[in-house]
Order: sequence, then C-alpha cells, then structure tokens
Amino acid sequence: MAASMVTVPVPKMESSAAPAVLTPVPSGIRTFLASRGSNKGADGFFGGLMLTCALSIIAIVLLIVWVLVMNSRLSLHTFGFGFFVHSDWNPVSGEFGALPFIFGTLVTSFLALCIAVPLAMCVAIFIMEICPKPLRGTVAFLTELLAAIPSVVYGLWAIFVLVPIVRDQLGPFLTKYFGWTGLFSGSNFGEGILTGSIILSIMILPVISSITREVMSAVPISQKEGVLALGATRWEMVRIAVLRNARIGIVGGIILGLGRALGETMAVTMVIGNNPQISKSLFSPGYTLASVIANEFTEATGDLYLSALIEIGLALFLVTIVVNTIARTLVWAVTRNNAAKAH
Amino acid sequence: MAELQMSPEISAEIRRASRANQATRTGTDHVMTALAVGGTIIVLVPLVAILVYLVYKGASSLNWAFFTQTPKPVGEQGGGMANSILGSAIVLSLASLIGIPVGIAGGVYLAEYGAGTWLGNVIRFVADVLNGVPSIVMGIAGYALVVVHQRHFSAFAGGITLAIMMVPTVTRTTEEMLLTVPNSIREAAYGLGVPRWRTVMSISLRTAAPGIITGCMLAFARVAGETAPLLFTAFGSQFYSKSLNQPIAALPLQIFSYALSPYDEWHRLAWAGALVLITMIMVSVGLVRYVTSRGQLKGGS
Repeated sequence: MAASMVTVPVPKMESSAAPAVLTPVPSGIRTFLASRGSNKGADGFFGGLMLTCALSIIAIVLLIVWVLVMNSRLSLHTFGFGFFVHSDWNPVSGEFGALPFIFGTLVTSFLALCIAVPLAMCVAIFIMEICPKPLRGTVAFLTELLAAIPSVVYGLWAIFVLVPIVRDQLGPFLTKYFGWTGLFSGSNFGEGILTGSIILSIMILPVISSITREVMSAVPISQKEGVLALGATRWEMVRIAVLRNARIGIVGGIILGLGRALGETMAVTMVIGNNPQISKSLFSPGYTLASVIANEFTEATGDLYLSALIEIGLALFLVTIVVNTIARTLVWAVTRNNAAKAH
Repeated sequence: MAELQMSPEISAEIRRASRANQATRTGTDHVMTALAVGGTIIVLVPLVAILVYLVYKGASSLNWAFFTQTPKPVGEQGGGMANSILGSAIVLSLASLIGIPVGIAGGVYLAEYGAGTWLGNVIRFVADVLNGVPSIVMGIAGYALVVVHQRHFSAFAGGITLAIMMVPTVTRTTEEMLLTVPNSIREAAYGLGVPRWRTVMSISLRTAAPGIITGCMLAFARVAGETAPLLFTAFGSQFYSKSLNQPIAALPLQIFSYALSPYDEWHRLAWAGALVLITMIMVSVGLVRYVTSRGQLKGGS
C-alpha cells in the first residue's frame, strides 16, 4: 500500500512538468491532438447517459411505490388499518378484509420453509463437503435448473401430478398417523394449503441452497483444516467450522427464500383452491395475497374493489422489501470479506 | 504418557471409553452423511419427475399444427399455439430491447463511475430491492403505469413490465463482470490517450462481454417464463396479433389458462406449450453455462 501511494504521484508530477517545458515549441503531434478536441464533451455525455440509466432504477422503484399508493388511496381511506384485520372478503356487498389472504400467505410460506430449509441444508452440505469433485458441478447445475423452471410449469405439474398424490396417497397417510393433531381433518380434495406449500417449497429450495452454498464457501479453509487437524470427523468439521461460521448468512438465505415464497403467485394460485377462509386443517382450500390479485384483478368491478386489490399489492411490495433488505444485510455481513479478497 | 503405562487398568478404561466415543462420533458422521445424500436425492426427485413427465406428456402432444395454428374453439380437436409463440417473441424482444441497454448502462455506472460512492451504493441496493419485488406486484405496476393511461391492455405494456424486471438482473451481473476486468487494462488504454467513454465501450465491456451476455441470457430466461406480470398487461388473445397496441397472446399465459380449463384437449396443448417454453429456457441457460465454463471470466454470478 505505502509503495503504491508513493509511486502514484510521480508520473503526475512528470506529466505536469512536461507541458511546461514543451509549451514554447508546439510540436506537430500536439497541434494534431489539439485539433481533435479533448473528448471532454463525449466523456461527459457518456457518463451522464450511464448515470441517467442507473438513476432510472431508483426512479422506477419510486414510480412503482407512488403508483401503488395513488391507486389504493380509496381503499386506504375507506378501511384504514382495519383492512388487514378484518376477515370478510365480499366484493358484492363491498366488504374487504385481507386477513384470510395474510393467513394463507403466512401459513403456506411457513410450511414451505419448514420443508425446504432442512432439504436445502442437505443439498448445500452435500455439494460443498461430501460430493466427489466430478459430480459436484452436475448436482449444482441440476438444483439450479429447479430455479429455471417457470412458475406456471410448476403449477401445471402440480395440478396433474402433485394434487392426485396429495389426495390419494399423502393425505390418507397424514390423516391416519397425524390426524390427532387436528391439522389433517376435513375433506381432502388435493387442492389446498398443503399442496400449495409443497409446490412452494420445491420452488424456494434452489434459492436457499445456492445462498447457503455461497456463504459456506466464504468460510476460510484454514478453519476447516484446523478443526480436521484436531481429529474431528467430517460432520463435526461441518458443524463446528462451517455451519457455525456461516450461520448468519444461512439465516439470510432462508429469509431470502421467505421473500420469494411470500410473493410467489402462479403455481400457488393453481393448486391452493382459492377460497378466502381461515381454517385449521391444512387440507382446506386457502388463498394468498398474490393469488387473490392474480385471480380477481381483471374481473374487479368498481373502484373500491380494484383499489383494495392494489392495496394488497402495496402491502406485498412493502413486506418483501423489508424481508429482502434484512436478508441481503445478513448475507452481505458474511460474504463481504470474501468478496473483498476476490477483487 | 508415562503415567498411563504405569496403570494398565486405567489405560484400558480410557481406551475403551475412547473407542466408544470414537464409535459414536463416526456413527453420527455416517448418519449425517447419509442424511445429506438422502436429502439431495429427495430434492432431485421432483426435478427429474417434472422433466420426465413434461417430456413424456409434451412430446406426445407436439405436432406441426402446434407451431402453425391458432387455438381452436372448445370441442374441436387440434389447434396450436402459433399466436402465443409469436406473441411471446414480440413481447420478449421489446422487453430485451428496452431492458438490456438500460441494465448494462446501469451496471457500467455502478462499476466504472459510481464504485464506492454513496450514490452507487444506493443504486445497487435499490436494484436488489427491485429484483426481489414479487412479479405479481410488477404486473399491477405495469397496469397502473401503462394500461390505465392507454385505456386498454397491450403488448407494449407487457414488454415494458418485463423490461423493468430484466433491468436489475442485467445491472448487477454487468457490474460484477466489469469488476473482474483488471484495472491495468483500463490504465493501458488511458495511457494510450483513449478517452474514458471509448475505454468503457471497447476495453471494459469488450473484456467482460461473455459474462455480460450470460447475465442478459439469465435475465431473458427468467422473464420468458413469467406469467403474473403479463396477466394484467399483455392480457392474452386467441388470434394472431402483431400490433404493439393490442392485447397479445403469450406462451405462459396460454399455458395458465389451458391448465385451469376442464378440457383434455386443452390440457394436452398446455403440456406441449410447457415443453416448448422449458426447452427454450433450458437451451439458453445451458448455452450460458457452456459459454461461461469455457471463458476465463468464471467469477461473479
């Protein structure tokens, strides 16, 4: 560092000294360069253009917030905070309460996390620590393919494959062995909160596992070697050196998966049953914030109905921003040192 | 050590305890390894199941008519999704034409001009926020920004909405890729008297091109399958439409509406459409992977 700080000013001094000597005798090269202009205008224009494009990102986000607030004004004024605690959703009589949708979103996201997190940990640990080198790339690629499959294709698959499985195999099994919890009672048509949660867990799994892998690779190798040198088995090494060091980042990855789950629309809409009710049974149909927008937005008649739906969108937007901000901060806290070394 | 050798009973005791301890620890290690392997297999099962089922159902439904005909009314056999494929192509081209240049320019600003400044950090943070906005909310925003003013659904509104979704992905990958370009190359260009804008265009962007193309393809693949933002913007249509000012069909929209319909013939078409869509996405993702694994710029993404 010190060396580079000393050497930098040297060429500057030379260059500033050189014109002073050369100015009395304008060389051909100098006049040619002077006639070509300094490119200052082009540079300024280019820099300005780049800045404008970068600022347009901020402008877009502000515009989205503004447009959502303006369009949900009517509902915000009419219902106030009560919008989020009332459970009646009846467009015909003009009653709008978002509680069933909040309930559906929270339950499906929570269940999806319960299923996806342990599996994502398994995948990340397998790929980073256990998998033989030649297989590693393939397995990582396959799990990332899960992220590349569009939501609507997941939905299509869920309708024709997952729904019958939940209805005919998984459902009766759960009722038989876990029926006493009360979570698996009532009629099971296959379409409901449980199916929605399962498809959601498949969709958020790649997000969690790839972030977990990223933070796990940020753990210094010397830590792992140190633990191994003390005689630890591989699992002890993973537990003591890797998971403990990476835990904040892993939590960040999980929250990022939560953000994805909260906003996921199409696949859930296709299998959750779409009925605004709050029920203890996981077999019963539900409704999420995102799917009520997807289903009812184009059919919404009347300003109040439309503005209530946009208010749901606004709520979803704000919640995902908060969730993502927390997640990014946690992941950044773990990987920043690694990133600084890489560059 | 010497003390241990002096008392053989204690030494045997310790050895036995140590062996038991060793066994538990090795056992735990094996159990956890098995869990991790098993978990990975459980995760890969749905992936394989989805792909196999998709190919099985889709391939049996794919035929020439699928690519050449428009949807037939209920009850009639045959028909295809030619208009949806064309519609998707139009909407995605529009989105790429707007989203990619703006995204790359944003990335150039973050890496070359705004690195380390507070404005750069704010823009980077906002790009991440925009990246996490649920697609359905982007759909509402597209509706409120474009459709409300036009007073009707249009391909243009769909294109704008998807373009907005592409920008943050392209920006962040471009930035990451530009940061992998060694500073010495830039300094060499400055040393030759090349102006800054020319250095960015011909040196930095050129060097990072493979990575940036990767980012663009990933952004493209991501929005190609998006349905939710198109529901209230492009809206869908049963007919050929080339006009940007009219509602337009799109492959994901058509799959969505056919999947929820009660007709077997339409389910068949939905599977075929899903196969075409996923082939398109997989090919672009696979290409990206092939290109990036060959190039020197492996970092980033």
